[in-house]
Amino acid sequence: MTSLSLQRLEKKLGGAPILRGIDLDVASGELVVLVGPSGCGKSTLLRTVAGLELPDAGTIRIGDRDVTLLPPRDRDVGMVFQSYALYPHLTVRENLAFGLTLRRTEAATVKARVEEVSSMLGLEKLLDRYPRDMSGGQRQRVAMGRAIARRPSLFLFDEPLSNLDAALRAEVRVEIKRLHARLAATMLYVTHDQVEAMTLADRLVVLRAGVVEQVGAPLDIYAEPASRFVAGFLGSPAMNFLAVRRERDRLLAPGVSLAIPSTLETPKELVLGVRPHDVRPTSEASALSFEVDVVEAMGFEAFAYGQIKDATHASPGTFIARLDEDALRTARHGARLALAVDRAHLFDAATEKAIGRLGFDGERQPSIEATP
Amino acid sequence: MSAREDTARQPRGSAIRGALVHAFLIAAVVFAVYPILWVIALAFSESVVPEARALPLPTNVSLDHFVAVIGRTDGEGRWMFARQLWSSAFVSIMTSVVAIAIATPAAYALSRFEFVGKDASVKSLLATQMFPGVAASVPLYLLLDAIGLLDTLSGLVLVYATSAVPFALFQLRGAFDAIPKELEEAAMVDGATRFGAFVRVALPAARPALAITALFAFMSAWNEFALAATFLTREEHYTLPILLQSYATEHDANLGHFAAGAILVSVPVMALFYVLQRQLIHGLTSGGVKG
Ligand SMILES: Nc1ncnc2c1ncn2[C@@H]1O[C@H](COP(=O)(O)OP(=O)(O)OP(=O)(O)O)[C@@H](O)[C@H]1O
Ligand SMILES: [Mg+2]
Repeated sequence: MTSLSLQRLEKKLGGAPILRGIDLDVASGELVVLVGPSGCGKSTLLRTVAGLELPDAGTIRIGDRDVTLLPPRDRDVGMVFQSYALYPHLTVRENLAFGLTLRRTEAATVKARVEEVSSMLGLEKLLDRYPRDMSGGQRQRVAMGRAIARRPSLFLFDEPLSNLDAALRAEVRVEIKRLHARLAATMLYVTHDQVEAMTLADRLVVLRAGVVEQVGAPLDIYAEPASRFVAGFLGSPAMNFLAVRRERDRLLAPGVSLAIPSTLETPKELVLGVRPHDVRPTSEASALSFEVDVVEAMGFEAFAYGQIKDATHASPGTFIARLDEDALRTARHGARLALAVDRAHLFDAATEKAIGRLGFDGERQPSIEATP
Repeated sequence: MSAREDTARQPRGSAIRGALVHAFLIAAVVFAVYPILWVIALAFSESVVPEARALPLPTNVSLDHFVAVIGRTDGEGRWMFARQLWSSAFVSIMTSVVAIAIATPAAYALSRFEFVGKDASVKSLLATQMFPGVAASVPLYLLLDAIGLLDTLSGLVLVYATSAVPFALFQLRGAFDAIPKELEEAAMVDGATRFGAFVRVALPAARPALAITALFAFMSAWNEFALAATFLTREEHYTLPILLQSYATEHDANLGHFAAGAILVSVPVMALFYVLQRQLIHGLTSGGVKG
């Protein structure tokens, strides 16, 4: 059983700071998913843990060993690359056995492991093929198998599913979850796919420009994002943000009028965050006045894209709202919908940090659901 | 799908176009193959002097020219052809070996590592390639003379290496650049040392390029005439191109011998191409990395 612990990890590439003090603890057997926008340093972090890059500062511990300065081969990690990186001149069997053979494992053990892994991943029939003769999904499985065959104490995945089509991705995602349960292995998994992040993670780490922005269980982060950045990053379609002003117990902007508890202390300038799923079309006096531009209906769900607007056409920003069936029937380009808000997030406009989450049980009783 | 089905379905206009294309291709093939057939016919003829003829058919099929070329001895009865074949083989193989042995690690380093003076060394190497080897023949002559390697096969190998090594270096550097470095990183995570990743992953993945480069180095040495003729003086050291040239000189012209010799010189190169064709045709790199 192996844990991973990163302390104040820093790394510069080409003179630019890429990792800027990362602290992270992964418990033994835990699957931690790293998410963040492109270029935020996810791959760099993974490569640093693998030993392919040496950190400029900080320490890396795997289990009870300090591996900060060890070469990759002495770290006992398995890595699945985004490009798979299968050895082109070796058959699937040889690819799977590569690491074991390098470590001078007995032939019988190698054979047993290759068989075990190939049956686990359904590769039995492909063992004598070369990587070039396989489909993307099969190559991906070989890449995973190659990492598993060595039974490393820590698995590193760098966007292993990003080259697969959507249906296959869903399938392999479930497979990885199953593998994780079966191997009880410690895993660090990089993705920028929301669904992978939400469904796979025991714990989610949101990275932003080389620093950890928030860590927590995926549903907790979704429910209580610590900052506007995290709030905008998780959820699909993304959370709507509207610049609003606090006037005693109301939040005001053109087309926006929302009651908030007068006891809540806030700065005057705020950003209101509302997920598309947290609004309802209503016939009563409403919090938001929404002008529909485009409607996208997918059968199981429908979204309207448009703007929050007042009568003078002033607008604090664009907006996406989930529509129920009744609303879908009347929503057209140019239509105006009155939206009631069930739940909203408040962010400090200056620092972008979360101030609180508000629940609205009908228009009259706003309540504070959570403050970070 | 048979050709008959194709034409049956095609409108007449494209049938005519097809015929034109074929006529052109046939003409091109004849244009390319005719001189070769003519040389073959000449080599297998009896006559010494080729008479004017249109068809590449030998007048009387015989192996006389081949026997004469292969069996040639000098005044003291030494079998010159064998010695000169050995010269050619030794010089060509050694040029190839030296080029690959020196250029492979150098190309790998240039492709994978950053080091002080990297750009400068690449540029100066490139600059040396701007001049044809013959331009350097005078200084090379003086250098070889100074170290006592004039009229030796090793000396000629060194001369050839001055252009074969840089050529191989640039070829192989491109080949290593095309191999994703993730392959080696995967190997290192799997338990290989840095050097192990090079030997076990980068080298095998570069095998087709190594084969082509070795073949090119071999061929350029095998075919080279001017430098060989400059630096080799004793007849038993001659390489085969010098021998060939002697059959085409004015006082001792024998075009039949010349043709037979030309075929003998070409056969090893063709055989090498045949043996290496699998390497040449498909690059082994495909499929290792998504793409
Ligand atoms: N060798 C290098 N020299 C300089 N900068 C580099 C180098 N390698 C990567 N970078 C930069 O480091 C930053 C982080 O790269 P990294 O690959 O870790 O991003 P990422 O989070 O994995 O992004 P993605 O989601 O696109 O894979 C990027 O801005 C990239 O341009
Ligand atoms: Mg990346």
